[in-house]
Amino acid sequence: MNNEFNANHILFMLQGAAWTLALSAIGFLGGGLAGFAVALARISSSRAIRWTAGAYVQIIQGTPLLILMFLSYFGLGILGFDVPALVAAGLAMSIYASAYLGEIWRGALQAVPRTQWEAAECLSFSASQRMLLIIVPQALRIATPPTVGFLVQIVKNTSLASVVGFVELARAGQVINNSLFEPFLVFVLMAMMYFALCYPLSLWSHSLERRLAAGHRAPLGT
Amino acid sequence: MNDNEQLVSLDQVQKSFGAARVLDGVSFSVQRGQVVAIIGRSGSGKSTALRCINRLERIDGGRIRVCGQSLDDAALDLHRLRRDVGIVFQSYNLFPHLTVGQNVSLALRKVRKKSTQQASELTERVLRQVGMLDKLAAYPEQLSGGQQQRVAIARSLAMEPALMLFDEVTSALDPQLTGEVLQVMETLARGGMTMILVTHEMAFAAKVADKVIFMHAGRVHEMGGPEILLQPRTPELADFVGNGL
Repeated sequence: MNNEFNANHILFMLQGAAWTLALSAIGFLGGGLAGFAVALARISSSRAIRWTAGAYVQIIQGTPLLILMFLSYFGLGILGFDVPALVAAGLAMSIYASAYLGEIWRGALQAVPRTQWEAAECLSFSASQRMLLIIVPQALRIATPPTVGFLVQIVKNTSLASVVGFVELARAGQVINNSLFEPFLVFVLMAMMYFALCYPLSLWSHSLERRLAAGHRAPLGT
Repeated sequence: MNDNEQLVSLDQVQKSFGAARVLDGVSFSVQRGQVVAIIGRSGSGKSTALRCINRLERIDGGRIRVCGQSLDDAALDLHRLRRDVGIVFQSYNLFPHLTVGQNVSLALRKVRKKSTQQASELTERVLRQVGMLDKLAAYPEQLSGGQQQRVAIARSLAMEPALMLFDEVTSALDPQLTGEVLQVMETLARGGMTMILVTHEMAFAAKVADKVIFMHAGRVHEMGGPEILLQPRTPELADFVGNGL
């Protein structure tokens, strides 16, 4: 790279932004799958399962994502798994997201009125049918705005993956700044790129909230 | 089938919520084709008694038999119990994310394993029966309370239960809407459906019930034909209907 800031630098940062998106997607998918399991475990009828899931959520939410990144990268290394930075960072993001999404979705599942569970039970739906056909579709409406809102947190927090040497947007900017020492230019540009990724998600989340509120107007009659 | 067959019997049923004893030795029976009205003040245990019959609540003592099954039996087939017993709630409890037609047909397809064709025929039949066929494609929130309750009755009817439970189904409705729901229930009763209804509608109970059970303080305080509403034997029932009728 040259000593003047040029198009190649921007291209390099855009590539970093693409990796930021990729890592966000991994974190959201992995965290979503694990988070759904956490949500189900949190409302399980078994006290032991509820307690275990609760402890998991407390521990993960009480641990900085940075530490999860270190543990995932170096910890796996010590255990003899030589994993690429993307895998380690993806794992850490997934674990982090699972604790938060699990709690968001637990709340949404519990927000579906008890009487809906009863009505489904009285129609003799099996436990899994009741969950998938009756409860989850209703919980989905409740959960969508905060879930999309949390996506913003995931995107921003991928910047911590730079500590394990994963070249996403934040790391790409750092690398460029280290060679050019143009911190103001580089970091403002970096902030703008993050904003460009996150702002549409925020807008989407707000519009979903408004639509949900509209859908919850009091029913006609009575 | 035998007309005198007992579909439901409760024998000395006990139920407490924490320290509060809600059912304190409740016994009564219901025969096939009978319409039984359970009346009483709030907190007298009448809704709890009803909910014990399809095992939404577990009992602490005594025995309940429903459609030939003992509910305290470890081998209880809950699936069969729920198939035999339909229930309609005060708050309708329709599934808000499904249309009227889907509310009725979902369990037919997924639980009763009927074909789409069979399910939609049955759905149309029961919706016609409660006068709601024209709202097949509507969502619950687009309906009035009375209409929602009629759909809830249809949803329960579609499962072809041997016994239907009605838990204060008109209590959330204003008077005009109450009438349309009671009419549907009366038609059902005339059609021979075995029904147990917890209700505050004394005039309706007097008109359609074969047996009236007055609950007071967790017990069956007075029980008899609908004439007990006009000539109560106990001062508590006299006092109750004095306010209610």
